[in-house]
Formats: sequence, structure tokens, C-alpha cells
Amino acid sequence: MAEFQNFTLNFGPQHPAAHGVLRLVLEMEGEVIKHADPHIGLLHRATEKLAENKPYNHSIGYMDRLDYVSMMCNEHGYVLAIEKLLGLEPPLRAQYIRVMFDEMTRILNHLLWLGAHGLDIGAMTVFLYCFREREVLMDCYEAVSGARMHATYYRPGGVARDLPDSMPQYQPSPYRSDSELRRMNEAREGSLLDFVEHFTDYFPGCIDEYETLLTDNRIWKQRTVGIAEVSPERAVALGFTGPMLRGSGVEWDLRRKQPYEVYDRLDFQIPVGVNGDCYDRYLVRIEEMRQSVAIMRQCVDWLRDNPGPVQADAPKVVPPKREVMKHDMEAMIHHFKLFTEGYSVPEGEAYAAVEAPKGEFGVYLVSDGANKPYRVKIRAPGFAHLAAMNEMVQGHMLADVVAVIGTQDIVFGEIDR
Amino acid sequence: MMAWLETTWLTVWGVLPPEVQYTVWTLTKILAIVLPLMLAVAYFTYAERRVIGYMQGRRGPNRVGWYGLLQPIADALKLMFKEVVLPSNANRFLFLTAPMLSLAPALAAWAVIPFNDGMLLADVNAAVLYLLAMTSITVYGVIIAGWASNSKYAFLGAMRASAQMVSYELAMGFALVGVLMAAGSMNLNTIVQAQSGGMFYWFALPLLPLFVVYFISGVAETNRAPFDVAEGESEIVAGFHVEYGGMAFALFFLAEYANMILISALAATFFLGGWLSPFEGIGVFGVGESLLAEPGLHWFVLKTFIFMFIYLWLRATFPRYRYDQIMRLGWKVFIPVTLVWIGVLAVMIVGDIGPWFGGGA
Repeated sequence: MAEFQNFTLNFGPQHPAAHGVLRLVLEMEGEVIKHADPHIGLLHRATEKLAENKPYNHSIGYMDRLDYVSMMCNEHGYVLAIEKLLGLEPPLRAQYIRVMFDEMTRILNHLLWLGAHGLDIGAMTVFLYCFREREVLMDCYEAVSGARMHATYYRPGGVARDLPDSMPQYQPSPYRSDSELRRMNEAREGSLLDFVEHFTDYFPGCIDEYETLLTDNRIWKQRTVGIAEVSPERAVALGFTGPMLRGSGVEWDLRRKQPYEVYDRLDFQIPVGVNGDCYDRYLVRIEEMRQSVAIMRQCVDWLRDNPGPVQADAPKVVPPKREVMKHDMEAMIHHFKLFTEGYSVPEGEAYAAVEAPKGEFGVYLVSDGANKPYRVKIRAPGFAHLAAMNEMVQGHMLADVVAVIGTQDIVFGEIDR
Repeated sequence: MMAWLETTWLTVWGVLPPEVQYTVWTLTKILAIVLPLMLAVAYFTYAERRVIGYMQGRRGPNRVGWYGLLQPIADALKLMFKEVVLPSNANRFLFLTAPMLSLAPALAAWAVIPFNDGMLLADVNAAVLYLLAMTSITVYGVIIAGWASNSKYAFLGAMRASAQMVSYELAMGFALVGVLMAAGSMNLNTIVQAQSGGMFYWFALPLLPLFVVYFISGVAETNRAPFDVAEGESEIVAGFHVEYGGMAFALFFLAEYANMILISALAATFFLGGWLSPFEGIGVFGVGESLLAEPGLHWFVLKTFIFMFIYLWLRATFPRYRYDQIMRLGWKVFIPVTLVWIGVLAVMIVGDIGPWFGGGA
């Protein structure tokens, strides 16, 4: 008798669909997957360890780089944990700003997810459409923080600065005509809030555009319906969160179940899937984008009517205003202390979680009373999802592995940390 | 001066033995087909990038030359001067034979395409069979490339490509059976002539299901989106030609695009009346008597362009099929459809159903 051996395929880390540095060792029988073994660690940057060696505020920027497509949500989790330990509550306006940017981040993430998922399955055009709209949101990030992606905008006690009153404009260039320039600058005449409002007006139309290309497309449905079905029980048992869990029909959303910031004042709905397959998860995420637009719109309306401070009145944690420093010795001392040694956090431990676009992003902080955390543990949603890879792809074909990687919305920044 | 040149030329030409004359004349004709074809391939890649770019809201190549028109030349030069890397475990002979094996039939098939009435290299009576043979040989290039590379991705790609091409060959063959039943000939020139009489006499109408099946099978046959599983970028990286670079890769590339143009030209020939004018014999506004009704090369080129554009349009619109779904579509949908329609066609021919099959029989 001849001995038959399964075929082992190294999928990644250098692979167009590896979403960065995923390495999958696939054991296959022809095209059918018998076993998938995900390998992690190729993007390990020791974020948790680095955070132990620097003052609390210095690590905010590292959080952006965890899940590098949902930047501000990661900051949010970290900042919330610090605030919990400090017992600090940011002013209402700051909370609204955070929620607005969280939802903006959700759209940013889902747009990249949709584009990449589409591209993995072969729908090239959706990818470029998504990036067109991402550009606008990146401009919002830039207007508010100066950086298009890694914003470092949230601070314990609020946000770094208030929303700008004007948007940067496109400049004349030999490559675009005057009328085109006028058209591009049309939405940028007013403040950031006007710009965001304009976005919320036209973006649902863009979502319709993506849906035209995909939702009823027979090929898209053949590729996603019934692929990688996860039952609600298994989804909970595997530690799924976010759209992965809701796609399976479990109605769990931290924004609703454990409201933080001002989510309890906002009107929005939680989409839930039925079959728990790739197609349902796709529909859930598409609907989440629509809900995010609605939340952003409510935030814009509130923020427009309610000016006020965006940082808590906590001199030990929040830097003083420049003008106050000119005549107030106390403020000067606070400024110096804050920017040299940072602030000390009372002894204790805290876990704070936000509903990041990919699921529950949590930060567990242990403080020994010093100005640096004793231990930071990050709970990345993608880690639990990736761990279920084997279960999800078993018995499917090679092309479905790509669809599953897409539907899990894997970003290695947060998995390897 | 001109007259002198002409007489000298004719004298020199006349001195040559007829065999040499024949060879030189045939080689000239081959060049007259292959050079424009290569140029068309080069600018088809440019058109692809511009058209898909436009569909995706971006610009495409617009820096090299006017509107990026020199981009294909630049690409070709780059590929020509690149080293052809031989993987250390590859079979050297097969590895280098494969690209040639895939390009040669793609070019050879052009021998029987009638560009205009009687304007073709080889007036073969079994042209349809010749075409089927030539397009089938392409699959060897793909299998050998995948096998010789000694890479798992290339191997998977070759497996997929060969299974897919063989399956769709059948659907395509059946669709062509319909055409040759309708035309009563396997000679392409005769097939086109059988469609004369204006656009309502073209085979696209009576053979509509076969027409659709033929073109979709053609897309699958050339491994293009949405049937591009053989080189499915996001699954098996580049499929059978992962290990190829430089000119060896360029040959595969040329073969793929030459095949796309070939399928487009064939679809125009078989179903849209080749070089015939669509306005022939149409009485409205005297169009039927005007210059528009003249048959000619331009109609053939125009019709081919339409199909080439559809290729690009498909690529920009659709996600990729999964390998088993492609097979299901080929075997369970297309082949039954063609078989049924061949039956319908037989009834139409026997029953002299006009305007296509009446009168003559």
C-alpha cells in the first residue's frame, strides 16, 4: 500500500492576503483544508512591556499603533483605564468628541475591512471606493490632531484640544482646474463640525454604492453565504466579541450593555446576524457603518450647541493653559511636574473596555502608586478571533481561508502587540 | 524614379524561384499579423489600466509619455532587461519551455482569423477545429509551468488552470457546434458570409444562449476575472507563474492578452458577423445604401474592441469565483444549456425558421 500524505502549505507571512504578517500552516487534502495552524508573533513590539517603563501619558501613542486601523478606539480603552484608577471624569463635551471620533474610527476600520475583504475575494473596485471615503475621515483626524492615522488625541481627563474652527483647504496645483479645486474645497469652508456633517450627509449614499457591488452579487453570495458558520454558543465559548459575535446572532455590544461616555444618551441600534456566516458578518458591519453615521450626526448636533471645556479640571493630570502659566506659579509648577515626571496614579487595578470596531478592546492596568504602570495587559479582540481560525476553516477550501481571514478582520498590530 | 524602382523590384522578385516567393510572401503576411497584434497587446494593457482606473475613480498610468502612452513600452523594456531567475529546484528545460508553449499557440491561432473578406493567412476549411486545437494546447504551457516551478502555489495554480480550461473547452466546443450547424461550414470566412444581410442576420440572435456561453467560457478559458482562480492573487499569489520573472513572465503575459484579443475576435467572427456592417440592408434613412453599410476591416476591429472592453468591465465589477463553483458552473449550467440549444437549433434549421434559416434549405 502506498502511503498517502497530506499536502502542507505555508500561507504567508509573505502573502497578498496575509493582512500583514499572518503565517498559516495549512494541512490540505487537495484544495480542502484539514487543519489550519496560525502562527503569531511576527509583529511583536512589546507594547505592554514598553508601557511599564514610561509615564502614563507617553504610552497613549503606542495604543494607536496596536490596531493601526482603529486608532482612537485603542487610545480610548487605555485612557478610560487610567481615568478609572484616577477617579477622573472628563467634561461632557470631551465625552461627545470621543464618541464622535470613536464612531469615525469605526467607519475607518470597517471601510478598510470592507475593501480588504472585497479585494481578498477578488472585488477590486470596492477597495478603491472605500479608500476614497477613508481619505475624508483621515482629514478629520488630521484637522484635530495633526496626524492622519496615529493621532494620540485622547488624554486622561478629556482630549488634547478642542475641535478646530476651520478645515485645511486644497491649494491650487497645475494638475487640477479651478472648478475642481472649488468643488474639493466646498465642504471645507466651515469648521470641522460642518465638514463632518457634510460627510454624514453623503456617506450613506456611498454605503449604498458598496452594497450595489456586493450585497446582491451572486458571486459574492456564493463566496460568503454558508462559509465559516459559527453558532451563537460556539461564538461565546470562543471569546468572540464585536461583529464576529453579533454576526452569530448574540446581541452583545458594550456601547449598549455597559455604556461608557455618552452612549446611553444616543439613539442607535445594534445589528445582529442570523446564520453566523461570512455574509451575515458582512451585513452586520455594513449596518454598523450606517449606525455610526447616525451617532456621528447626533454628536455633531450636540457639539455645535454646547461649547465648553474639553479637559477636566484636574491640574495634576491635565496640562495648564499657556496664558495661566504666564502669571500663576502653581500652574508653572504643575506644567513642569507633568511634563517631566508625569502624574502618579493611586495604587490599585482597573479594567476598562471599549467596543472597538473589531470587538471588545480592553486594558487592564495595575498601579503600584508610581508614575508608571506596574503592569499593562491589553485584551485585543483579534486574538480570540484568530484562535478560532482552525475551527472556522476546517473542511472549507483554500479560497475560503482568504474569505475567513477577511471576515475576522485581522490586524496583526493588536494580535502580536 | 519610382517606375525604375518598381521595374527593378519586379525583376528581382520574378527571378526568385516560386517556393522562395511563397515563403517570403507568407512570412510578410505573418509579420503583418503578429506585429499589430503585439502592439495591440501592449496597448491593451495600457487600456486595461486606464479603463479600470477610470471605473475605480483613479487615473491609471499618466506619467510616461503623453497621457502615459509610452507606459507599455517602458514596461516591456523593464521586463526585457530583467534577469530570468531560475528556481534552484526547478526543471530548467521545462521551466523555460513552458512560456514558449503558451505563447506559440496563442499566436498561431491568429492564422485563420479573417480580418476582411478573404483577408486571412490560411484559408483552412476546418478552421474551427484548428482553433479548438490551438486554444487547447495553451493548457500545456500552464501545466508545465506549474509543474516545472516545483512550488506548491504554482502547482495548485496549474491544477486549477488545467481543470478549468479543459472543462470550459467543452462548453466552448458545444457553443461552436451550434455556430457551424447554423453556418453549415467550418471555414471562418464562410461562417461570416453566412451572417450577411445586416445585424438581424448575425448569429448572436438565433444563437443567443450559445453566444453568452461562448463568451463566458472564453473568459474562463483565458483565466480572466471573475474566473482567475489559476492566478488568484489573494489565494495562490500568482498561481502557475509565481516563480517567473523578466521575459519568461512577459511571455505568459503576452499569451494571456493575445488570447483575450483572440477570444474577442472570435466572438465577433462567430456571432457578430466579423467584418460585416451592422447597417447592411437597413432601409431607414437610406443607411443601408450609405458608406456605413460598407463591410470592412474597421467593423471587425470595432466589434473586437467591444468584447475586449467587456473583459475589462468584468474584471472591475466582479469578485472571484471559488474553484469548485467554477467547475459547477461549467459542467452543470453551461454544458446543459448548450446541449439544449443545439437541439433547438436543429429544429430551427430543419423547420426552416426565418430569417436565418429560411429560404436557403
